Amino acid sequence: MILQDKLGEEADTFYKALISAHEGLTEAQSHTLNARLVLMMANQIGDLGMLTDIFETALQDLPD
Amino acid sequence: MAYDYTPFPYTPPPGLTHAEPRHRVVIVGAGPIGLAMAVDLALQGIATVVLDDNNVVSVGSRAICWAKRSLEICDRLGIGERMLAKGVTWKVGRNFHKGDQVYAFDLQPDMGFKYPAFINLQQYYVEQYLIDRAREFSDLIDLRFLNKVIAHTDCGDHVKLEVSTPDGDYPLEAEYYIACDGAGSPTRERMQLALDGQTFDENFLIVDVEMETSPFGDHATPERWFWFAPPFHSGQSALLHKQPDNIYRIDLQLGPDTDPKEEATEAKVRPRITAIVGDAPFRIDWMSVYRFRCARLNRFVHNRVIFAGDSAHVVSPFGARGGNGGIQDVDNLGWKLALVLQGKASPELLESYNEERVEAADENMFNSACATNFMTPRSSIERLFRDQVLALAARHPFARKLINSGRLSQPCVLSGSSLQTSGSAPLSPGHALLDAPLTGRAGPAWLVTEAQGRFTLVTANDQPLPDITGIERIGIDQAESCYPCFADSEGCFKARYGTAHIYLFRPDGHVCAVFDTPDVDAIVTAHNRAMGATQ
Repeated sequence: MILQDKLGEEADTFYKALISAHEGLTEAQSHTLNARLVLMMANQIGDLGMLTDIFETALQDLPD
Repeated sequence: MAYDYTPFPYTPPPGLTHAEPRHRVVIVGAGPIGLAMAVDLALQGIATVVLDDNNVVSVGSRAICWAKRSLEICDRLGIGERMLAKGVTWKVGRNFHKGDQVYAFDLQPDMGFKYPAFINLQQYYVEQYLIDRAREFSDLIDLRFLNKVIAHTDCGDHVKLEVSTPDGDYPLEAEYYIACDGAGSPTRERMQLALDGQTFDENFLIVDVEMETSPFGDHATPERWFWFAPPFHSGQSALLHKQPDNIYRIDLQLGPDTDPKEEATEAKVRPRITAIVGDAPFRIDWMSVYRFRCARLNRFVHNRVIFAGDSAHVVSPFGARGGNGGIQDVDNLGWKLALVLQGKASPELLESYNEERVEAADENMFNSACATNFMTPRSSIERLFRDQVLALAARHPFARKLINSGRLSQPCVLSGSSLQTSGSAPLSPGHALLDAPLTGRAGPAWLVTEAQGRFTLVTANDQPLPDITGIERIGIDQAESCYPCFADSEGCFKARYGTAHIYLFRPDGHVCAVFDTPDVDAIVTAHNRAMGATQ
């Protein structure tokens, strides 16, 4: 699957918010935050087929 | 060949021997912003005295990327075509991660603009062209080199200055004092005004090299190359840009723990450059080590003292928002100050300069800070996100949109400004004009050249435009009329503006109102609002 852009003009604002959310956290806390984010975003997507495709796509070319 | 920094002549100013009459405007700083300000005011018949503590143009290339909007403003000031002829036009940017290209962009795929998205031109050329242009207004622009302002006092309805020259000090008075004295503004220091914002810990090395062989290799057209973590400069970032005269700009991130004095030496810099350009011979033209800030004054207008350019706001260079932001300050302030000095608008109109350019500075700071953060991750998690954006970008368009090696300067949209009359059209109020090629009785023309510098009504609908004092008119594809009419010879005007609306442009080319019909009362009301009248 090829993921087209859906953030449009908000891309930089989103990225800034994501990085700000992690600011000041320990690495372990950041892992926890990321896990929560994945679960919450998956629920918002709410489409198992799409989620499975995303898992497969994200696993491609995973560095060693 | 290295630029010839011929000093400008110093002439002892009249104030040394007798008291000068109070001037209308004194501009402190003869950099690109101060000089552009003087030319803009001269075009409107306003005399200025320009004071500078130095007597040469900018040493080193400094601001090099001039955006389309700046070129359009410089077109109005009379140096746009000269900049375009000398500058290097580029529009393709390539982003690399390690050794591989991850994404390339084309800045301006559309045709039908007099000026390209960007040119690269050293700041010293822009200053030289502005000085040449200023000298064409010898009765209005009084350029005084080696005149250093050492004190100033705001006296309510004028400002008193103390100026130091090689022949001694003298006093000067002016109704308005425009501080264009740069990032280290002595005016700001004297007034004890702080710049608030973000400072980045990273040091960046900026080097101009002159070389015959292009470091871009076989790429015939000039481009902008940006590397995240390049193989030749481990873990950091690098930028390569071409300027005229075979000069290439190289920016290298050095990390937070480097000593700027030690880094800015030929012995340290040469091997870093060789790592990028290979074995080809080169000459180092200029170098500097910077730590960037994104910060601004709380207010740009302090009664009779007005700040413009870097004295008011500083940004990191990624996105070319420093020089371009300053030129837009001039464009915004020039017509307002002229109207106030001509008695056609209340001094309160100047408050809208503060409102509009503070908003623009915030937009420029946001964009520059986002880019700088993206290229200098401050934590391991930030670096992880950044590197995965770059990794995903090869296949996924969404990730390309997140790569940030600088969001290149765009004109600010002034939609919330109190001078605008709200409305909806293909180009809505607040936007800067979009150029279009036209054909007039005298031959080919451009909208930017015809419609800037005055309040102007422009339409491509078939209803005649009314004659209103203080407003010029331009008809597109209209029958012959008593005002200038042009043919939309390539269809660009209609594509960008449609045919349903009448647009009212401010002198700085921003749309301030749109109308469905040539309703004189509505147009007069919008015109008055744009000049600061409170209803």
